[in-house]
Amino acid sequence: MTAALEFRQVSYRIGGNLILDNLDLRLEPGRTLVLLGRSGSGKTTALKMLNGLLVPSAGQVLVEDRATTDWDLIELRRSIGYVIQEVGLFPHFTIAQNIGLVPRLKGWPPERIRARVSELLHQVGLDPAQFLERHPRQLSGGQRQRIGVARALAAEPKLLLFDEPFGALDPVTRAELQDQFLELRKRFQKTSIFVTHDVREALRLGTDIALLARGRLEVVATPAEFVKADTPEARAFLSTLE
Amino acid sequence: MNAFLWQEMAQLTGEHFVLVLVSMAIAVAIGLPTGVLLTRRAALRTPLLGFANVLQTIPSLALFGFLIPIPFIGGIGKRTAIVALVLYALLPILRNTLTGILGVDGAVRESAIAMGMTGRQMLWEVELPLAAPTITAGVRIATITTIGTATIAAAIGGGGLGVFIFRGIASVDTTQILAGAIPAALLALLSDGGFSWIERRFSVS
Repeated sequence: MTAALEFRQVSYRIGGNLILDNLDLRLEPGRTLVLLGRSGSGKTTALKMLNGLLVPSAGQVLVEDRATTDWDLIELRRSIGYVIQEVGLFPHFTIAQNIGLVPRLKGWPPERIRARVSELLHQVGLDPAQFLERHPRQLSGGQRQRIGVARALAAEPKLLLFDEPFGALDPVTRAELQDQFLELRKRFQKTSIFVTHDVREALRLGTDIALLARGRLEVVATPAEFVKADTPEARAFLSTLE
Repeated sequence: MNAFLWQEMAQLTGEHFVLVLVSMAIAVAIGLPTGVLLTRRAALRTPLLGFANVLQTIPSLALFGFLIPIPFIGGIGKRTAIVALVLYALLPILRNTLTGILGVDGAVRESAIAMGMTGRQMLWEVELPLAAPTITAGVRIATITTIGTATIAAAIGGGGLGVFIFRGIASVDTTQILAGAIPAALLALLSDGGFSWIERRFSVS
């Protein structure tokens, strides 16, 4: 089976600092890999290499067996959904325009975009009639992130990237969005990478967990194995589970 | 006030308006693209903004004077006046274009890139619309200033409402000075009102 993505001896250096140190990692299609680590562990850096926002200082990042440096970056990005903590919806676009952005960039016909946008709003649990024409500022934080997820799914991406997407939400909304994430995962089986510093979230959402500590990969395991992991950083994270 | 004065006032106000309009059109045509360029080339920011800043500190009467002996852009008349007015209007437009675009939320910018927008799409669909209120504010300030500064154009034969003012000063005639100053002030107020209307229309975000 070919890998959906692969890191081959990837390092990333900025100034004198080594942010990622010789990362080797691969992921089969349809799985959800959680990159777990503290702030500054390199997890977001690794994520941003997948859609070419960052380029490795050494080594290669492959998406569908092709190095990101060999991809047409515009094409690659349009085939990867991206969700970040700050959401980053366009404030001057309506919700419909925000969700329909990538399909429009890819040149879908307007009727198809319209149908897709309504379908997605349903899937993230928002009523199209009520939300289509609103602007992001009229939404709550949780609703905005639902739109962020819908936007990422819009053009049927081959890969989904989540950078601490639920980190800024209150615990109840966060749990709701996690439930929804699991539901969407079950329905679409999309390959996903999910960055978090919350071990609970990692255990709940991941099919695989990769623990990073100071730029080095410390553990790769399924959630069931991870709770038994016995490395210093894994113990530190697991000790937060009381 | 006689009919002749009214007639001359209408004519000079028209001249003044055209002077301002042409200068602003040129200033925007130069300032806006240059401002965009500055967002892409950080190294150019200090020298170009510094240059525009220095221009602003030259007293306007002196700038008009300096331009007279310069071939091609200088001399006596409207062309020289327009060159000077454009130079004055550049700084606020340049600076506000830069500030407006750099002020676009980093998360919005990152999303735009990650969604696969090209540089051009990003500029036209994200950066310029979101910077529009700031850019408009810059053009507004530049326009109001230009309406005032343009009265000095008369000193080098540029025409406009300054003709009244200089003539009034020379002949100690308050009516003449007011005939220049009042329409200029009204012109400034009207443009200000026009711009605040435009700014309201742009402020969707």
